[in-house]
Amino acid sequence: MGANLKEVRERITSVKSTQQITKAMKMVSAAKLRKAQEAITRLRPYANKLNHMLTNILGNLDGDASSSFGTARAIKQVAIVVVTSNRGLCGAFNTNVIKAAVALIEDKYSAQRAAGNVTILCIGKKGNEYFKKHHSDCKHIDEYVNIFEDLSFDNVAQVSKRLMNGFSKEYTDVVEVAYGRFKNAATQFAEADQFLPVPPMEVEEGAEEENLNADYIFEPDQESLLEHLIPSILQTKFQKYLLDTHASEHGARMTAMDKATENAEDLVKGLKILYNKARQEAITSELSEIVGGAAALEGA
Amino acid sequence: MKISVLSPDKSIFEGEITSVKVPGAGGQFQVLNNHAAIVSALVKGDVEIVKGGGEKMSFAIEKGFIEVLKNDIALLVEGVEE
Repeated sequence: MGANLKEVRERITSVKSTQQITKAMKMVSAAKLRKAQEAITRLRPYANKLNHMLTNILGNLDGDASSSFGTARAIKQVAIVVVTSNRGLCGAFNTNVIKAAVALIEDKYSAQRAAGNVTILCIGKKGNEYFKKHHSDCKHIDEYVNIFEDLSFDNVAQVSKRLMNGFSKEYTDVVEVAYGRFKNAATQFAEADQFLPVPPMEVEEGAEEENLNADYIFEPDQESLLEHLIPSILQTKFQKYLLDTHASEHGARMTAMDKATENAEDLVKGLKILYNKARQEAITSELSEIVGGAAALEGA
Repeated sequence: MKISVLSPDKSIFEGEITSVKVPGAGGQFQVLNNHAAIVSALVKGDVEIVKGGGEKMSFAIEKGFIEVLKNDIALLVEGVEE
């Protein structure tokens, strides 16, 4: 009985120390999440203004708004960008993103995969590890795996520039991004989004009317302005994918660690009851041994 | 007139100004009070702002965009170096 008592005590200590770690990780994630969210908020006014300008131009443009990035062609070469986190311990977050990417590769673009025309560009170590192992038949670009270390706009823009360049030179015909869309700390969605070609743009209702009054001078003309504007919008969009995934990662980890801390609490509770029961049993049996011994002595 | 200077990473300046000089795609130009509505692409060059109090502020940009509408300026810039 004594050994059992010691075992239980040791387990309680070990669970408690694990709980301390998960609690600390949760708090670290919460702090990082706040920073990641701030980064999203900082990008938002910029992105909004860009879109605003785009609507202005489209609203004043006669005829079709066509851009080289908007033209869909027959899909031969596919590039899949998988944005995952660098570290684990964040619940099903990475698994879900990878699943979304795998669905793209194995269902939507299975024909292109069979022809060996799928390129996977991984951002974040977790996705890279998975796809290197399970999809070695696809081409890999792995020089951007560690981009999370520096999420500044210029740094991220080199990836999106490369993707856009590849698209306009017709090395790739479609670019899809699998990433974790951030909603709030508790909710993230693993999503696949078509980055290129750009889905046809529509002028938002309402926004058009306000701008019709303003007689804008466009410099250079609208078409060339669009050619300048759209790459910037795409870069901003790409930046958003990464910032979202970054925030989602920390959100997911925070939730996972919160659950883990709770579970540890439950475990400790159960173990404590077990420990007390064992202790009581030991005392009871010791007592009855003494009483029994005394009775035997008296009888003699 | 009011201006907000935004980069993708942060908001650089927001407030009252008297003039701003930008490197437009069709040549450098200056925006003063009551400028006509304009949307222009910007190329690599220097941006010079004269704030409401008379102080000057300038920085170099890689590229960007400017929109002026009714004394409300939105200046979007990339690759800023102060």
